[in-house]
Amino acid sequence: MFKVKLRIALRANKSWWLSPVLIAIAIIFTFIISSAMIRWAGANPFAAFKYLLGSPLQSKFGITEAILSATPLVLTGGAVALAFRAGYWNIGAEGQLLAGAICATFVGLHADGIPHWLGIILMVIAGALGGMLWAFVPALLRSRLGIDEVVTTLLLNPVALLVVTGLLNGPWRNPKTKFPETQVLSENVFFPRVYPGSRIHLGLIIGIVALAICWWVVGRTAGGLKMRAVGLAPGAARIAGLKVEKTLFTTALASGAIAGIAGAGEVAGVAHQLTDGISPGFGYTGVVVATLAALSFPAVLLISFVLGIINVGSFSASRALSIPSTIGEVVQAVLLTTVVSALVFMKYRIVLDKGKHRD
Amino acid sequence: MIETLIGIIGATLRISTPLVFASLGEVITERAGMLNLSIEGTMYTGAFVGITVAAQTGSLTTGLIAAIIAGAIVGCIMGFLVITLGVNQHVAGLGLTLLLISASNTANRILFTNKDGMVRVDPWKPFDFAGPIFSQYWLTYAAFLILAPALWWLLWRSGIGIRIRAVGENPESADVAGISVARTRYFALALGGALMAAGGAFITLAFLGSFTINIINGRGWVAIALVIFGRWGIWRTVSGALLFALVSATQQQLRLVPALSDLPFEILLALPYLAVIAGLAITGRNVPYPGAYLKPYRRL
Amino acid sequence: MSTADAVTGYSVAASAVSLNGLRKIYGDVVAVENVDLEVRAGEIHALLGENGAGKTTLMRLLYGLTKPDAGSISIDGATVSITSPKIARAAGIGMVTQHFSLVKTMTVTENLALQDAGFFSLDLAGARRKLLALCEEIGLEIDPDARIDSLPVAMQQRVEILKALAGGCKVLILDEPTAVLGPQDVDSLLDVIRRLRDTIGLSVILITHKMHEISQVADRVSVLRRGEIVATENASGMSIASLTALMVEGVQQEIVETGERSSQGTSVLAIKDLTVHLRGHDVISELSLEVRRGEIVGIAGVSGNGQSELVQALSGVFVHQTGEIHVDGKLVKGGSPSAFAEAGFGRLGEDRHASAVSALTVEENLILDRLHFFSKPGILLKRKIRKFAEESITNFAIKAKPDQAIGTLSGGNMQKVLLARLFGERPLAAVVSQPTRGLDVVSTRYVRQLLMVERNTGVGILLVSEDLDEILELSDRILVIFKGKIVGEVARKDFDRIAIGAMMAGV
Repeated sequence: MFKVKLRIALRANKSWWLSPVLIAIAIIFTFIISSAMIRWAGANPFAAFKYLLGSPLQSKFGITEAILSATPLVLTGGAVALAFRAGYWNIGAEGQLLAGAICATFVGLHADGIPHWLGIILMVIAGALGGMLWAFVPALLRSRLGIDEVVTTLLLNPVALLVVTGLLNGPWRNPKTKFPETQVLSENVFFPRVYPGSRIHLGLIIGIVALAICWWVVGRTAGGLKMRAVGLAPGAARIAGLKVEKTLFTTALASGAIAGIAGAGEVAGVAHQLTDGISPGFGYTGVVVATLAALSFPAVLLISFVLGIINVGSFSASRALSIPSTIGEVVQAVLLTTVVSALVFMKYRIVLDKGKHRD
Repeated sequence: MIETLIGIIGATLRISTPLVFASLGEVITERAGMLNLSIEGTMYTGAFVGITVAAQTGSLTTGLIAAIIAGAIVGCIMGFLVITLGVNQHVAGLGLTLLLISASNTANRILFTNKDGMVRVDPWKPFDFAGPIFSQYWLTYAAFLILAPALWWLLWRSGIGIRIRAVGENPESADVAGISVARTRYFALALGGALMAAGGAFITLAFLGSFTINIINGRGWVAIALVIFGRWGIWRTVSGALLFALVSATQQQLRLVPALSDLPFEILLALPYLAVIAGLAITGRNVPYPGAYLKPYRRL
Repeated sequence: MSTADAVTGYSVAASAVSLNGLRKIYGDVVAVENVDLEVRAGEIHALLGENGAGKTTLMRLLYGLTKPDAGSISIDGATVSITSPKIARAAGIGMVTQHFSLVKTMTVTENLALQDAGFFSLDLAGARRKLLALCEEIGLEIDPDARIDSLPVAMQQRVEILKALAGGCKVLILDEPTAVLGPQDVDSLLDVIRRLRDTIGLSVILITHKMHEISQVADRVSVLRRGEIVATENASGMSIASLTALMVEGVQQEIVETGERSSQGTSVLAIKDLTVHLRGHDVISELSLEVRRGEIVGIAGVSGNGQSELVQALSGVFVHQTGEIHVDGKLVKGGSPSAFAEAGFGRLGEDRHASAVSALTVEENLILDRLHFFSKPGILLKRKIRKFAEESITNFAIKAKPDQAIGTLSGGNMQKVLLARLFGERPLAAVVSQPTRGLDVVSTRYVRQLLMVERNTGVGILLVSEDLDEILELSDRILVIFKGKIVGEVARKDFDRIAIGAMMAGV
């Protein structure tokens, strides 16, 4: 009897076309899987994808809104990519972003009478400090006691949101509207718009600069080399005399700081106040961005923009086809899953075993 | 005072129930050597599927069964990603969580957009006759009196249990002993997913009688912490769930204390999460992770 | 597969296993060639040979872990095609290797019950009964409820044997069983093996390269050399000297003279009374040695006599480690690789894959242990690194580009990178462990030449290798290690393979 069996084996040599082909396959799968949901919502999948991906690119407004939507993702994606590079599983960018937003709001509420440039600098510093603070405890527990950072960073995310709502329901409640939101911050801390006629703000520049710094640090400095070595092979790094725990700790704080700046950017650049909806999951999407970017910083920029388009497009699709706008999140999550699945085949290939087995 | 105490105990049992389901599901999964970060999404799915099916069929039991089936399916999808393909477990789990939450929210809007936006069912009635402590949903009894002992038996006294522990500890040996590592791990993920979804369904079917956005709110992450706290044992994990629930129940009662009414209740709400982190910091050092934790197994 | 090429040289009635004309080739290396071996029922058959003689390959063939290129295996007279361990076990063959296949967190009983558990059914009580009955029959004592990781290694090994027996094994392969044991446990294991033969009539294939074990327990012995069986004899008739001669005879005997040898330098590495306590006994006890400037001191010994621990102790990693280590006359304090590095001491570990970050580039791996030297202030000095990498690549004849991931390199080139990293630091002294293990002929020769060159520039090198030829070729002096102690010192002019082999065997 002949048995044909599929088996997964190591791939010996990689061709240049492999990764684009795999990603294309992943995109096709994403389309098929998402289409099921779109159809169920009662819309034509082709029409829906035309809105999701196409409509933001058809107008200047659409493009700038997509860039605006990508701005926090540039920072959270960069933060997550940095941590993952060192093998530190920081899944707490959401909480770190919120902590950064809180600290930035504090500055913004007390910034009357300071110069605008100082206000902006203080906002960035406050955001970074907030994020670092939120990253501190998991980093300490990991590097000193070896406690899994995945759980602790995740658990601190809802806590950060509770701190936000606690402040909004308590001391920071808007005295005029009585809504759980802060009053509008001092104009001295607003991030300036950087492209006339759009809402794109300084946060984008900061994000790009942050990515560039990360890219440079990781690729060109001794500390970055340590991070990469620790992330790739902690055992060998230790043999070479590197201080693995110290590297993890430093990276975790840096990652938190970057995520915190994303929070400051949302407060100072978009909302101009703190609300409990300041982040619709930018921190978690940061994980999606970093993973889709294969932890490459230039790619983080590109992927952020793509996800920004989907974010904006999902609202157009929702309006035009009356399907839920959350379809955009579904597409993003499906894309993540299919891409990571497809990229497995960078390393492995499927072989057909035609073995003769006699029963 | 006594009434407060009784109230706290009753609430503790109630609050701990979904966590017992979910964390025991994670125990089974991690015992097989895998971290299942899709737990939050699986609970979310269970909560949504449970109430939706219950509302459509008018039967809470059918809803629960549907949730359990959905959870097992999710477990198998996770299995396809991490066992068959060998995707990084952190990424696969988190990706699935994001996917399941957004898909549930979308489905919720698709299904109920034309109605009042929220489906309601009459939740299971507790056994009121026995006084407030014993006035629990039957699922609570099931969790402590049936599920936990049954899983203990499964893990320590059954063939599949010993295989789960073997593939989680030393898949190479298990393989040499003729055990299918992949099949055993699939089973663990499916069973674990079913339990997580049941835990989620408890929240909609027994607690609230309705589904809301963000209904799980980090309970899945808490469950993972409880597993570490419980050192992958059934009873220690159940105790951890009870401890967490006790903190939650106490803070609920504290919110009623007039002297503390000025305190933002969010501080109290955050208390259980912080307690879990503190608990991990105290007990989580040098815990014996399963030997093959996070390690994919592939015979090449 | 029914028509067997059942050619049997001699077939005695009670043959348990016979291997007929087995051949296995890996690439262009012949691992075993035309092997005929017959193991009788109820005998202890020792299989003797040096490292690389093909013992392990032979047993992997018998246990279904690899397929023969030619030849056949018959069990109880019938030819069997053994394609997996499962089939081997069903045919009554059991194997205990140095890497135990026990689940450490489970109890003894559970490990036994694991083999024949159904979907739900798990017969713990039955497994326990079976275990106790077996123990009684053989005369062993084991706590059936003890967790494996709470048992000493010797006990774990017994559990491993019992597990094989419980699975219905008639022929038990023991792959260098004493390599993992402390001295006092060796005798009792040999006693157990004897009892297994006498009580339940088990056939045992004992793979070893320790002569005294053969004289203690074996009924017959086969000697394997370069993949071929060169002799099968009754053990009682063989002296240790004749076995040694059979094992090493004709294997490269010449000792090449390379470079001028004068070891009158100052002491660069001195170990004083080093004791390492591990696994319940002293794996190294009160070991002292000295390496002078510009000499290579070879540590010869049968594997498992404390060599790996000695190498590891030279980075101070053991908790239960006493004694002093001096580098260049100064006591090294602080048990970390970096403390030794700062003292001017380098180390080449036995496993190169654990020492290199495979996804990083060659140049990054080259500088990983002294980043401060190649960065200013914290910024990597690309040009300096590239220059250093290119120099290293030229000087060490590494076939690689500086920006190529080290994981894509061949074993030899990867080893050269690690050697370049080691000697690029200009250490005063270094320990080099298994420098040519798994390398091809050309790389091996290169690495050996390199060690000579470094020696001639004045580095004091402690060479630890399981390859006696390598030690004979390179060393200025040889220290023989046995059971964690230095039992002999031989100066180069007195090198004699047979004599050193005897010392290694503890004679």
